[in-house]
Amino acid sequence: MTDRLKLMQGNEAVAEAALAAGARFFAGYPITPSTEIAEIMAARLPAAGGRFIQMEDEIAGISAVIGASLAGQKAFTATSGPGFSLMQENLGFAAMVEAPCVVVNVQRLGPGTGIPTAPGQGDVMQARWGTHGDHPAVAFCPGSVREAYDLTIQAFNAAERLRTPVILLLDEIVAHMREGVHLPPPDELVIIDRPRPAGPPGSIGAAPAYRPGKGEVPAIPDFGTGYRFHVTGLVHDETGLPVNDSRVADGLIRRLHRKIELARREITFTRACRLEDAQVAVIAYGSAARSARQAVREARERGVQAGFLQLQTIWPFPAEEVANLSRRVPQLIVAEMNLGQLEAEVRRAVSGKAEVIPLTSGGGRLFTPEEILGAICTAPGGRLKKVVHQ
Amino acid sequence: MKRIEVILSGSGGQGLILAGIVLAEAALLAGWRAVQTQSYGPEARGGASRSEVIISDEEIEYPRVERADVLLAMNQESCDKYVSAVKAGGLVIVDSTYVSRLPSASVKIVSLPVTKAVRERLGKPVAANMAALGALVTFLPEIPPDLAVQALTERVPPGTEEINRQAFRLGGELAGTLIPNP
Repeated sequence: MTDRLKLMQGNEAVAEAALAAGARFFAGYPITPSTEIAEIMAARLPAAGGRFIQMEDEIAGISAVIGASLAGQKAFTATSGPGFSLMQENLGFAAMVEAPCVVVNVQRLGPGTGIPTAPGQGDVMQARWGTHGDHPAVAFCPGSVREAYDLTIQAFNAAERLRTPVILLLDEIVAHMREGVHLPPPDELVIIDRPRPAGPPGSIGAAPAYRPGKGEVPAIPDFGTGYRFHVTGLVHDETGLPVNDSRVADGLIRRLHRKIELARREITFTRACRLEDAQVAVIAYGSAARSARQAVREARERGVQAGFLQLQTIWPFPAEEVANLSRRVPQLIVAEMNLGQLEAEVRRAVSGKAEVIPLTSGGGRLFTPEEILGAICTAPGGRLKKVVHQ
Repeated sequence: MKRIEVILSGSGGQGLILAGIVLAEAALLAGWRAVQTQSYGPEARGGASRSEVIISDEEIEYPRVERADVLLAMNQESCDKYVSAVKAGGLVIVDSTYVSRLPSASVKIVSLPVTKAVRERLGKPVAANMAALGALVTFLPEIPPDLAVQALTERVPPGTEEINRQAFRLGGELAGTLIPNP
């Protein structure tokens, strides 16, 4: 007899997973459709020995999160489009000072205030390039309540081990949807903590705060614990003090990218099905992946050789996985609730080896399986082979 | 594969999202898979509110209603707006307190004075959502009413369990008057 499935909302799964991952600090400004995350953290964090602060706006929210992170806490915030825009400057600051943190962006229909209660996937490129400068980005995109739980754990783990901000991109459907889930027992979770100095202040183990360690990640001490170091958004050397040297700048920027690149395999999550003999495959992420998977199942029932690749990691873009797919499947449909943000990345990875067919939407509602099935069946690879009667 | 699609609709504040949550929870208790989604406007009260529940014996991929088996409409606007989402031969349950013009589509229509009965029998209309749910599960043999009551008890605000259970049973009675016992 299995345990009863628990009816849980996507936002609730994010909050529960954050607690399970060890998050003990949340600062933010509630905004639809992410509000439940703030509500749950306000109720749960004090009892867990943590702290919840409702700030005056989203800029203050991410600022407090970065401060808490530098002081040693696992910290996060949650927002939606307009608030995510306000957070962009400090997102780059967090990348530059290597402050681990998680920023949840529940995508709603934009731009502007858009439709606050309607879904969209318009923030894909903002998650990659929203903040200025040549920075790396890590972003995960769950398509179900269970994935929201698992990818929140992975987001904290990636943020901590790589000392970088990680973006969790939900959409309104996944955030507000409730479904029955089994959650993994706490003792089965792998929880990663950030690298910290190997010795007390002043000892040999206490290397300069920004000296790269394992995997090019520095073991920055928790601020206020006796180690002397400096934190700045300016280009800095290993001590953290600002420098104007272009060689130091080049080294720092390249290292910030390299530490993510070195961990690429461990932070790339995809889910594939029915690709073995596929003539056409749908690439999708977030809630659109659910419609895509159903469409592929229905296509198979009609005898069409269709397959499916869900991107749970969207940044760094799973270019290798998509390139491999393009060597086996001649037609790739990219279904996204925007006017083609990841399509261009797919084209770049495919590099002409497969035909890329966009299926776009201005957002506001989820693709129906029928729409995606239509795209599958009109793609050349999706046409039924002529049945030869003997 | 069995898939049952239900729309619970009305005006914001009538408690239809909570009713959907209780229905999905009851389905899980009965061993089904269930997904609940919602769509609503920015208003805290008023505006259109719609909760959708999919019940299935297999993994539920697309989480929204394609062709509804059952529509619950708690006001005229939602009845007019969503009846076209109901499949031919599907069931439409309306609260006659607020719905006077019945749809002409080829659906089965059950008209019950849900809110009126709750107001008269329980003194206040706040539990009308659970009364509507009590009526609705009468037509869903997949959901045993006692499991719906268990789900309701876990999900309604603390202190309101009893009035909500009474409303649920009242809804069942209202619907029961229309169903001949075997």
